[in-house]
Amino acid sequence: MCQAQEEYGGCDQPRRRPRVSCAQKCMKCKEASPVLVIRVGDAFCKACFREYFVHKFRAMLGKNRAIYPGEKVLLALSGGPASSSMLRQVQEGLSRETAKKLRFMPGIIYVDEGAVCGQSLAEREKTLLQLETVLQASGFPYHLAHLEEVFDLPSSILQRVPHHPAGPKDNYKEAVEGFIRQQRQEEGGGPSVPERQIQEKLAKVSVRDAPGMEGLAAPEARLLAAVRTEQLIRLFGSVKTLTAKEELLQTLRNHLILHTARAHGYSKVMMGDSCTRLAVKLLTNLSLGRGASLAMDTGFSDDRHGDVVVVRPMREYSAKEIAFYNHLFGVPTVFTPALDTKALEKASIHRVIERFLYGLQAEFPSTVSTVYRTGEKLSVTPGDAGPAAEPERCLLCLCTLDTNVEDGSALQAILVSERLSQQKLPAAAPAGRGCCLGAEEQRGCCMNTTAPGADARADFLPLLCYGCRLTIKDTTCLESLPLYVRSEAERRKRRAAMKLEIQEFLLEDEAVTPGES
Amino acid sequence: MAAPMSLLVEFGGGAELLFDGVKKHQVTLPCQPEPWDIRNLLKWIKQNLLKERPELFIQGDTVRPGILVLINDADWELMGELDYKLQDQDNVVFISTLHGG
Repeated sequence: MCQAQEEYGGCDQPRRRPRVSCAQKCMKCKEASPVLVIRVGDAFCKACFREYFVHKFRAMLGKNRAIYPGEKVLLALSGGPASSSMLRQVQEGLSRETAKKLRFMPGIIYVDEGAVCGQSLAEREKTLLQLETVLQASGFPYHLAHLEEVFDLPSSILQRVPHHPAGPKDNYKEAVEGFIRQQRQEEGGGPSVPERQIQEKLAKVSVRDAPGMEGLAAPEARLLAAVRTEQLIRLFGSVKTLTAKEELLQTLRNHLILHTARAHGYSKVMMGDSCTRLAVKLLTNLSLGRGASLAMDTGFSDDRHGDVVVVRPMREYSAKEIAFYNHLFGVPTVFTPALDTKALEKASIHRVIERFLYGLQAEFPSTVSTVYRTGEKLSVTPGDAGPAAEPERCLLCLCTLDTNVEDGSALQAILVSERLSQQKLPAAAPAGRGCCLGAEEQRGCCMNTTAPGADARADFLPLLCYGCRLTIKDTTCLESLPLYVRSEAERRKRRAAMKLEIQEFLLEDEAVTPGES
Repeated sequence: MAAPMSLLVEFGGGAELLFDGVKKHQVTLPCQPEPWDIRNLLKWIKQNLLKERPELFIQGDTVRPGILVLINDADWELMGELDYKLQDQDNVVFISTLHGG
């Protein structure tokens, strides 16, 4: 009787953590003694855990059928536990016997964010050196990028490139079979090139994407790098809150990864977000006003860029499973301080949410998975405009704009109250002229509401989704944003203006000759 | 009365930053009237090893949520958590799974 009660949990505390003891056996093989507890009370031994972990990765890729054989896939490696363990899974998958082999061509990208996270040049060199050891050991081609390179990105990064994959989902099986057949033919006739050799060749073409960033002879290059670092630090220095900094960093990092993927012909990018991280991200993004793009931000595959699809194959693993796997099977990780390292617990929304979730998780072990499963149910719906009309997209995150909503929405209310509170100033000003004194001098008199900075901002904000607007509102100096962002903003503004100018004619034109393109 | 014992205490996942960046600590625990368990060890770490921001490592009498504890390469949940009685030459590992360590 006692047993039954224990198993189903008491009525008082239904989901509190049940006690497990070392005397228990592995729940899978029922022989070996367990080394860790995953989920509620499931104890696994080392061998079974390994099998479970490896299987989950393959199952994730198999189930979603997102990656076609022979496709070039870019692994985004941060050196942290989840992405390092993802790299190991890909290595395992590629080294398997043919029947179970993963059949894509991986490459790795590492983005060095040391400048923003307050690392000195010497520290950054040291981290890079550690990472290069890991990258070289992987045998895959790799790209080292520095966050400073965002200042040299083309503005095409902010444009969606429409992409029609070779075939819809049902063709996946055919694609795989075709690939295998082709491989067999190659092996049968003609000189077969052992995979090893191909891999070695791939490894040789490893490119260091940043000529001149690292102590290369040319002094100009070094100078440029220093200037770029300076620019980057100025940009992040002008962001008022840690929350906005985190968001901006994430946006810029994604742009840089996307650029590398496009430049080298990768059609997929693998990110190592774990289930725990996604649960935190889900709640964080909700709090940041990014609810409309949750499905994109946290889903398995994310095709906002069109031609390059981001996939998150680690999303079924909890942070604990990953940490244990890395520890038990010697997966090398390189710790790099992040923006919020050693920050206070309430320093940013990300931090607060993380603490909240982890705190709950400690008492109720299914918290994270419940949040995650809820998020899993979200999916992207095609906009009301139908598939024919390309919806407007946010300048920064490329999600469909959530700001062209009908009257009566919360966003409209915010905008109205914002406008009202701004109008109040000039009305109140004539009564007391004291408002012009004090620290406001630099920005001109408060009656003069058309300060140049404010003007640029007013032009900029309508191009963004609600979440990105909040980030940009906390960025005091828009001029320090990278050129590609500003020039793309300029281009969109011009296009919108032109569209407005010729709109009359367009409508007429359409009415007369609807069939003409 | 517990005899002095020698332990290998390790920190990872960024937790080492609170310990001067040192990952491995070979420590010797002094004699004390009651036997050494994890609860006492945490107190001892707080007083002797922890260099800054104790609240980022310890909360109340246990570790901060998000920090994993491994005793001899096994989950501490299997070993009785805070009540585990330490043995000589035990290996205790703390791994932070929190963002930024």
